[in-house]
Amino acid sequence: MEQKIEKSTRVEPSTPIKKRRKISKDQMVAVGFISPSIILILIFVYGFIGWTGWVSVSNWNTLVPDFSFAGLKNYIYLFNDYRFQADLRNTVFFTILFIGLVIIMGLGLSILIDQKLKGESIFRNIFLFPMALSFVVTGVVWQWLLNPSTGFNQFLSVFGIQPKWYTDTNIIGGFEWGSIEFGLPVAIIAVVIAAVWQMTGFSLAMYLAGLRGIPEELREAARMDGGSEFQIYRRIVLPMLMPITVSVVIIMAHISLKIFDLIYAMTGSGANFVTDVPGVYMFETTFRGNYYANGSAIAIIMLLLVAVFIVPYLITNRRGDK
Amino acid sequence: MKKLFSIFLLMVLALVIAACSSDSSSDGEDNTSDSNDTEEPTESEETTEGSDEEASGGTVEIFSWWTGAGEEDGLLALIDLFEQKHPGIAIDNAAVSGGAGTNAKAVLATRMQGDDPPSTFQVHGGAELNEGWVAADKMEPLNDFYEEQGLMDKFPQDLIDMVSKDGNIYSVPVNIHRGNVIFYNMQVFEENNIEVPTTMDEFFAVADKLQEAGITPLALGDKESWTSTQIFENILLGVLGTDDYQALFDGDIPFDDERVVEAAELFKKTLSYVNEDHASRNWQDASQLVGEGEAAMTNMGDWAKGYFSNDLDLATNEDFGYFPYPDTVGDFMVITDTFGLPKGVENPESVKEFLSVLGSVEGQDAFNPLKGSIPARVDADPEKYDQYGKDTMDDFNNGKLAASLAHGSAAAEGFVTKMNQAVNIFVTQLDVDNFIDTLKNASGEL
Amino acid sequence: MRKKNISNLFKYFILIVMAIIFLTPVYVIIVTSLKPLDEVSLSQMWALPTSIDFSSYVHAVKELAPNFMNSVYLVIPATLLSAILGAMNGYVLSKWKFKGSEILFTVLLFGMFIPYQSILIPLIQFLRTIGLYNTIAGLILTHVVYGLPITTLMFRNFYANIPDSMIESAKIDGANFLGIFRRIIIPLSISGFVVVAIWQFTNIWNEFLFAVTITNSDSQPVMVALQNLSGSQIVQWNVQMAGALVAALPTLLVYMILGKYFVRGLLAGSVKG
Repeated sequence: MEQKIEKSTRVEPSTPIKKRRKISKDQMVAVGFISPSIILILIFVYGFIGWTGWVSVSNWNTLVPDFSFAGLKNYIYLFNDYRFQADLRNTVFFTILFIGLVIIMGLGLSILIDQKLKGESIFRNIFLFPMALSFVVTGVVWQWLLNPSTGFNQFLSVFGIQPKWYTDTNIIGGFEWGSIEFGLPVAIIAVVIAAVWQMTGFSLAMYLAGLRGIPEELREAARMDGGSEFQIYRRIVLPMLMPITVSVVIIMAHISLKIFDLIYAMTGSGANFVTDVPGVYMFETTFRGNYYANGSAIAIIMLLLVAVFIVPYLITNRRGDK
Repeated sequence: MKKLFSIFLLMVLALVIAACSSDSSSDGEDNTSDSNDTEEPTESEETTEGSDEEASGGTVEIFSWWTGAGEEDGLLALIDLFEQKHPGIAIDNAAVSGGAGTNAKAVLATRMQGDDPPSTFQVHGGAELNEGWVAADKMEPLNDFYEEQGLMDKFPQDLIDMVSKDGNIYSVPVNIHRGNVIFYNMQVFEENNIEVPTTMDEFFAVADKLQEAGITPLALGDKESWTSTQIFENILLGVLGTDDYQALFDGDIPFDDERVVEAAELFKKTLSYVNEDHASRNWQDASQLVGEGEAAMTNMGDWAKGYFSNDLDLATNEDFGYFPYPDTVGDFMVITDTFGLPKGVENPESVKEFLSVLGSVEGQDAFNPLKGSIPARVDADPEKYDQYGKDTMDDFNNGKLAASLAHGSAAAEGFVTKMNQAVNIFVTQLDVDNFIDTLKNASGEL
Repeated sequence: MRKKNISNLFKYFILIVMAIIFLTPVYVIIVTSLKPLDEVSLSQMWALPTSIDFSSYVHAVKELAPNFMNSVYLVIPATLLSAILGAMNGYVLSKWKFKGSEILFTVLLFGMFIPYQSILIPLIQFLRTIGLYNTIAGLILTHVVYGLPITTLMFRNFYANIPDSMIESAKIDGANFLGIFRRIIIPLSISGFVVVAIWQFTNIWNEFLFAVTITNSDSQPVMVALQNLSGSQIVQWNVQMAGALVAALPTLLVYMILGKYFVRGLLAGSVKG
């Protein structure tokens, strides 16, 4: 990879010289800088997505590869499928709760840690620690902790509350939608807690890096102007952290849409599929059921769902440039 | 500033070195992978021993999901035995654990589709083999091998049928587990004056009695829904008997047959006797309830015996006992691990050598006592097994065999997946009509 | 002064409460890992072990050790490469925008949402074609490529905070593309590098799916060995938990070492002068 870059830098003198020589040369270098990444992504992502898309409209639903064209059969099957409908519902609620909580927790904790208190590094490491563990193990630990008969409930019983956590099959605010009940599945909250525990460390690190990047003079100046701490955060710090927040949202969105290991280890599909997600469904249907075409169709639908996140972001991005 | 830049330079340098070293090692590996399909990825210095041997017999890569306590010991004992007999052939133990073999199946499927088959791999006898890899034309028939080794009369005919398709035999069974077993807490049974139930009616009477005494009658951990499917298949077997049970999955009996509906009703009734937090437990957690006396019974394949005696430290026939699932007393729900010969393997003769050790009395008696299963051969030495093993061998040799659905033997994996989904919904909704409908729709897969 | 003390006390209080909540699962993991096998059960999950038993650790270390160095050879180059490429991409896409650069950014970004389970088969076929299947190098390449979208995004948004005026004035001073990258951007990216490294190191270290499908037996990283501690049907949780803690040590070490640079990231002001 290093070589490729060198090559493109070496090529630059021979490129045709435009009016403003300097800028053009620099821009050629700039393009050379990112072209290796672009080429790799084109092969590994778009080439393979193309393959997946092709399989998703084929008849390959046994161990024998069968690339004959099936039209939208697999997609139609999925949208009529009880389990997939439940998965879409769960993903929506999981994503909203998970991203919201990770941002609030990460931002809150990073602001507290950024106060130049003693023991800063200890706290930072404690909150980062869950990230270091493999999902499979944290999944099991949370399965134990939120087990309704032996986990946290043993302490909560003092207060007389006994939530059923992920074994709860109730849907809050449920109404008929397709063949499922649409609403917030109570069980998903338990899974969100585990995921937030594991991922807060990352948003904390992101925000901490962001806070450290904000020049102290800016805050000093605001303090001189008589702004209260709260106002400084609201008017100066938070707006400057916006790009970080965008990163956190996108990264957490990709985790939440693809989440697999944690749920697979913690609750599996859950009773009546209250904690099932497309990632788990895809894995089981592809590699246990050998429904390769159905599995690919799930992948493509998940990718299309992503557009829902990306497109608004890009529109605001463009606007910002103008 | 300068300092920072030099740190950066250092990082780049480290990177280049790392890239170079990994390149050179990959070059070495490329050569082997070009010349040898069963890729031996170790660095050359580690396999100096193996490389002279490769000339004569190559490497046999054994792909399985046996990585846990007893099972890995069994596999290693088998490999040891093989290496004593065939010092010229190297063994590569490629085991992938997790999810009752699901991870391994994913890796295997990916490798098979990518034309990189392992030399031999673990596969459940029955549909998982026949409707899966044999139907996909990925397996070599082993009829000549069976004749040569004189294996034809060493396994029960029912078992050979399970690893055959259209008159060809495709794999060698190494072990047998039984799926229709109920493990129970003997002390709980004694205190409540309970006799072992042999029919579903007796079972429900016992369950009522236990419930009155404040004990969960049946422990269930259906975090993964195959455990519930396992209960349902045992009930089906009880209602239908072995012949019609198989006919159901062969598509000869429809799923809206009244006996299937009856089985679903019995299943529904059974579910009213399970622990409330069943969805939060796996089968091990459920077995703990029985061990602690919170629950009286649990249905599980007989690998649970190893969990009770080794992990929970309970004594067989003192602390816990076992009996066949009610109404299936003379039947034996078979779960069998087998190994076959995939097409396109570099050194099929060496693989056959391994299969021959695996199929021998010596091989099976080396593997099974450690794994906690019984041998697939009928002429193995019972003295090598504990009391549970002896009892089970007896039942296996005399009982009627049925293929487990939950473990992929009775029907193709595609159907099993849909069955598990239907069961998962049924356990919560308890809607028999809906359940039967879903199964009928899914039976198009059979 | 007094007011400040009270507010500090309050801050400590919140931090400590949160820390305790965060450490509860860790307590369960540690306690379980020290128990003998027959004490590992759901109903005794909170209880301390009756006697401390390190045999799980001995067993776990024995099983994990052979694969440990594979992970090291994998994770260090993969983390560095993807961080450097990400910084380069981020620099171009934030400070040297050209016509179509936003579209290229989208093209890159979209890549991270691809569910990896669905592309395993073409991935393996591709790696076989280029001769990198079943090698650590192939695994490095895979992780670098699929890490690019995230590292690019992170660096791009860290760099968005660097005022364009700094770049402009450097240009007037005669600095070119590479000069600006070297003298202005890199020094400002330290805390960004820390976060990206934390992310990539952790993810690559803990990744299982690629590891288990792209490499076979002897070149497999430690996470595969960790998974293999559990059996197909029976899982010994004390060994599993001990293994998880052992396998997490390198990641923790990285956090602690890199943690220092969080503090040193406060260079934005000094560069201006």
